[in-house]
Amino acid sequence: MNANTQTRAAPGAPSRLSPKLVLGVFLVLLAAAPLVLPEFYVTLLNYVGLSALVALGLVLLTGVGGLTSFGQAAFVGLGGYTTAWLTTAQDLPGWLAFIGSSPWFTLVAGLVITATVAVILGSVTLKLSGHFLPLGTMAWGISLYFLFGNMEFLGGHGGLSGIPPVSLFGYELVNNGQFYYLVWCFVLAALFTTRNLLDSREGRAIRALKGGMVMAESMGVDTSRARMVIFVIAALHACAAGWLYAHLQRFVNPTPFGLHIGIEYLFMAVVGGAGQVWGALVGAGVITVLKQWLQDILPKVFGSAGNFEVIIFGVMMVIVLQRARDGLWPLIAGLVPVREAQKTIDPAATPLVKKPQPPMGETILEAKDVTRKFGGLVANNNMSLSVKAGEILALIGPNGAGKSTMFNQLSGVDTPTSGDVLFRGKSVAGHSSREIAGLGMSRTFQHVRLLPKMTVLENVAIGAHRRGSKGVLPAAWRLDRDEEARLLREAAVQVERVGLKDFMFAEAGSLALGQQRILEIARALCSDPCLLLLDEPAAGLRLKEKQALAELLRRLKSEGMAVLIVEHDMDFVMSLVDRVVVMEFGEKIAEGLPAEIQSNPAVLEAYLGGV
Amino acid sequence: MSNNNVLEVKNLSVAYGKVEAVSGVSLAVGEGKIVTVIGPNGAGKTTTLSAIMGLLPSRGEVAFDGSIEQVPEVERMVVRGMNLVPEKRELFGSMSIEDNLLLGAFQRHRSGKRDHLETMEEVYTLFPRLKERRLQQAGTMSGGERQMLAVGRALMARPKLLMLDEPSLGLAPLIVREIFRIIAELRRRGVSILLVEQNARAALQVADYAYVLENGGIKMHGEASTLRDDPRVIESYLGLGSKHQELLST
Amino acid sequence: MDAEIIAMLGQDGVTNGAIYALLALALVLVFAVTRVIFIPQGEFLAWGALTMAALESGHFPATVWLLVGCGVLTLAVDGFSATGRRSIGRSLLWNLAYPLALAGLLWGLSLAELPTAARVLIALAIVVPMGPMLYRVAFQPVAEAPVLVLLIISVAVHLAMVGLGLLIFGPEGSRTQPFSEAQFELGSLMIGGHTLVVLAASVVLIVALYLFFDRTLYGKALRATAINRNGARLMGISPALAGRLTFFLAAVIGVLSGLLVAPITTIYYDSGFLIGLKGFVAAIIGGLASYPLAAGGAILVGLLESFSSFWASAFKDVIVFTLIIPVLMWRSLTSHHVEEEE
Repeated sequence: MNANTQTRAAPGAPSRLSPKLVLGVFLVLLAAAPLVLPEFYVTLLNYVGLSALVALGLVLLTGVGGLTSFGQAAFVGLGGYTTAWLTTAQDLPGWLAFIGSSPWFTLVAGLVITATVAVILGSVTLKLSGHFLPLGTMAWGISLYFLFGNMEFLGGHGGLSGIPPVSLFGYELVNNGQFYYLVWCFVLAALFTTRNLLDSREGRAIRALKGGMVMAESMGVDTSRARMVIFVIAALHACAAGWLYAHLQRFVNPTPFGLHIGIEYLFMAVVGGAGQVWGALVGAGVITVLKQWLQDILPKVFGSAGNFEVIIFGVMMVIVLQRARDGLWPLIAGLVPVREAQKTIDPAATPLVKKPQPPMGETILEAKDVTRKFGGLVANNNMSLSVKAGEILALIGPNGAGKSTMFNQLSGVDTPTSGDVLFRGKSVAGHSSREIAGLGMSRTFQHVRLLPKMTVLENVAIGAHRRGSKGVLPAAWRLDRDEEARLLREAAVQVERVGLKDFMFAEAGSLALGQQRILEIARALCSDPCLLLLDEPAAGLRLKEKQALAELLRRLKSEGMAVLIVEHDMDFVMSLVDRVVVMEFGEKIAEGLPAEIQSNPAVLEAYLGGV
Repeated sequence: MSNNNVLEVKNLSVAYGKVEAVSGVSLAVGEGKIVTVIGPNGAGKTTTLSAIMGLLPSRGEVAFDGSIEQVPEVERMVVRGMNLVPEKRELFGSMSIEDNLLLGAFQRHRSGKRDHLETMEEVYTLFPRLKERRLQQAGTMSGGERQMLAVGRALMARPKLLMLDEPSLGLAPLIVREIFRIIAELRRRGVSILLVEQNARAALQVADYAYVLENGGIKMHGEASTLRDDPRVIESYLGLGSKHQELLST
Repeated sequence: MDAEIIAMLGQDGVTNGAIYALLALALVLVFAVTRVIFIPQGEFLAWGALTMAALESGHFPATVWLLVGCGVLTLAVDGFSATGRRSIGRSLLWNLAYPLALAGLLWGLSLAELPTAARVLIALAIVVPMGPMLYRVAFQPVAEAPVLVLLIISVAVHLAMVGLGLLIFGPEGSRTQPFSEAQFELGSLMIGGHTLVVLAASVVLIVALYLFFDRTLYGKALRATAINRNGARLMGISPALAGRLTFFLAAVIGVLSGLLVAPITTIYYDSGFLIGLKGFVAAIIGGLASYPLAAGGAILVGLLESFSSFWASAFKDVIVFTLIIPVLMWRSLTSHHVEEEE
């Protein structure tokens, strides 16, 4: 994820600033702030930092992953109360007392507890459609708030006080100025690890969650796991903020962990710009400062005390979501022209290991009497077909003949009502598309499924997901660069192979439809398959492009690839493929060589129709 | 605009993002005529219908029943007497056939014309099967019955112009014949019809005038009886080249 | 714990459960038709109850000013996106003339002497029109947005409404007169007249809703929109019309629930949210799709609440809201297959 949202940035244009320079200036300003600003502002910045930490988790969860939580304040509370109780309670059993002896131990304890709770909560809600998670967190946030307020040992609504300060190398951080550096070290660490994570193999999987789940699963990404990962990361960020809060205030009570604060955190992420890590900073800053100011001014305007700022926040949110769904960050980023850093591809990186290709002529895919019914409709009836290594098979038929349904049965998107699908002799009917992808089947989609905001290179690299192994932590701390270079190199090779080299760093969404289809082929190739399923690859292509595509497919075939292609362009099909299977009304009506099919009366009838 | 045209479309263009799916399409439907738009898959037929109906944003001019719609909007077009039977039928699956039909008359009823019972009887005479099953849920019907219900539902609005998107899609030949018989019958009753079809032969048989759409543009147009014998029509469908034309024209 | 206490708790539980059932039905309805998860449902409840309280004490209800403000805002939004002179005329009538006329009428009436039925009607007349206005201003411009965006907007609207509630009603709570003071003896059990009113009103309302959806063209049109939005559009049922109608019904249910609940518990400006959320737990039990399951869930929530308030009163909300976890777990076990979020 780049700090710059200007997509058509001319690389190296002199008027643009180097990202390193801008970052450097920001860091210097940040470091100098407590030295020059009055105490009040330093305190305010501390709170901005704490909120930014929580909002950053939500950026990952909501803006990038398309999930959301209103209960982040409760996670903050878990972090805060864990440390508050462990460091202040008397008469704890020995091991708990030991943990309580240092805030650093209680931080770890809080993170462990939070992760556990998040995993439990996530495992019950993440599988459901998107709105159950926020509703669940809402209810759960309220429960926890009441628990904090009603637990005797947590001090009830009065809370816990006398929390010790954090000490660093024997130096106690007791005032706001000192604590400031601790808070912002946490924020910056979170910011950079999140940024690193998003720019990695796992990160691409996470970015595919919003609007690309079906595609990601067919590329072998475990999307449930990816959702869980971001949910837990967001919870951990919140927990760390709670820990910091407890030791900054040296006192906790339930109020700052209530549902309304949880909603405020979400507002920060959305107002700032939920798609970018820097949006969290902007949102936290704007909301925190605005809240401070409104709490001063509104009671005077309305003549009575109360949290009237929520009226403004509520209205502001509605306007932001109606008018500028990307939040404020893109507007701010537009003011500071930062040069876009381009990814480098290392041609010297070790190529990824390739699976041995099956021998020419081996039957790769075989469908046996596949039937699929939807209620009373029979979409596929007793369909059988097979594809061999080094062969291109076309599946054709008029619109509505059941080709797409058949395609879904083969690729694991759907499960046949009866019959079986064998992949290299192994039954795969009913298996998930992720498993099938792992066996060496890769596909493209009739309605192009790619991530329009990501570059062509990154889109293609998703195809290689299963060929890498580095997880979240190495990605966050940049210990995955070797593997990343190999993945990107592979992706670049495939992009060049299909002839999209000139668009390597363009946003995928800016490509013409035909090129997007070609991109899908590159992505499929990136997974090192032995079978390609292509759903209408030539639709929308110009003549030259069609010829190039045919050339590419012939080359793949000669390398031993098995290809199954659904296509309507008969010129393209008949001159390219080895065999043709024709469907109508969900059944196979003909099978044979292209020339035979072209003169088959049943096929002509099916295509032109009869009266 | 000439007086005897119900629909006149000029220079219609539709873009999905940066990709133009339909560009500069012009066509007209005469009063009481059947006009068909044929063409291979992906030519932009459905897109054209959706744009005329106001389901998709478009550029160009759509004149319906004598006045020009600057920005066609579905609800308004329905009020004015244009109805679309979409390719996916879009029935209300968990509601009864009768309720489905009733809702077809929603706008008519809303604007004070309470003749839905008579209209329903007319629809039932056209599709006796629907009457037999009027309390059955729409989702439990077969493909052919669904298509009949979709057409019947659209007729409940007593449209001036009925647009049919691939009415024969996925239906067995016997039912296709039935559907085309009904289309011909509707014209006898004075409904103007814009028919989008892949089944070119059947469409050209029933239509008065035809347009051939390819790659988002009108490639040919003319009297249906003329186009029926045009070898280029056949070519654009199967891409077979000249060697099979002989076979096809038999 | 003896039989008498059980009967009493059960009576409490069912009474509250009936109100949660109404709220749950409204939530399911709004979600099915508009895909909005209607968090501000509770605010309609609170505003209805507090308007009633103001009327009872003879005060000019400040919600009228909210209605006027809401109307002006709606008119402005309509004005910006006007399509015809006729629609602007109608907008002027409903969004400007009606609120002002109502304000004038209430100014003239001596509120303290009104009969209860008139008060109920006035409370409905003031608060309910804000439902469709809210849809027009906050949701209609983004009707096609993903569920998640609609949910966040919904929460934002809730927050703004709570703030406004505090502004006009202040932090004090109110309790209204019960609709009936009678007491009935059934064996050893005393049944309050208001309890019967609540149950009867809930049943009548649920039956009325059922008839509306089953028998009337507009009810069928709403169902059609919920089943197939595109199909409904092709019939000329606009999503905007369906949305406004749905929000109108939800507001009616919200206000009536408020009137029913206010004699039982003291209502504060922010009480609606918690009550509404309990309706939510019920709606989630119904998977936001099934009306009978949601109503059953509501009774369950009511009973759980009343019994847990006896056993562990400090934790009754914790218990009710934690119920959602096993419910979600059960739902997640019954769903699989990766699908795209809209």
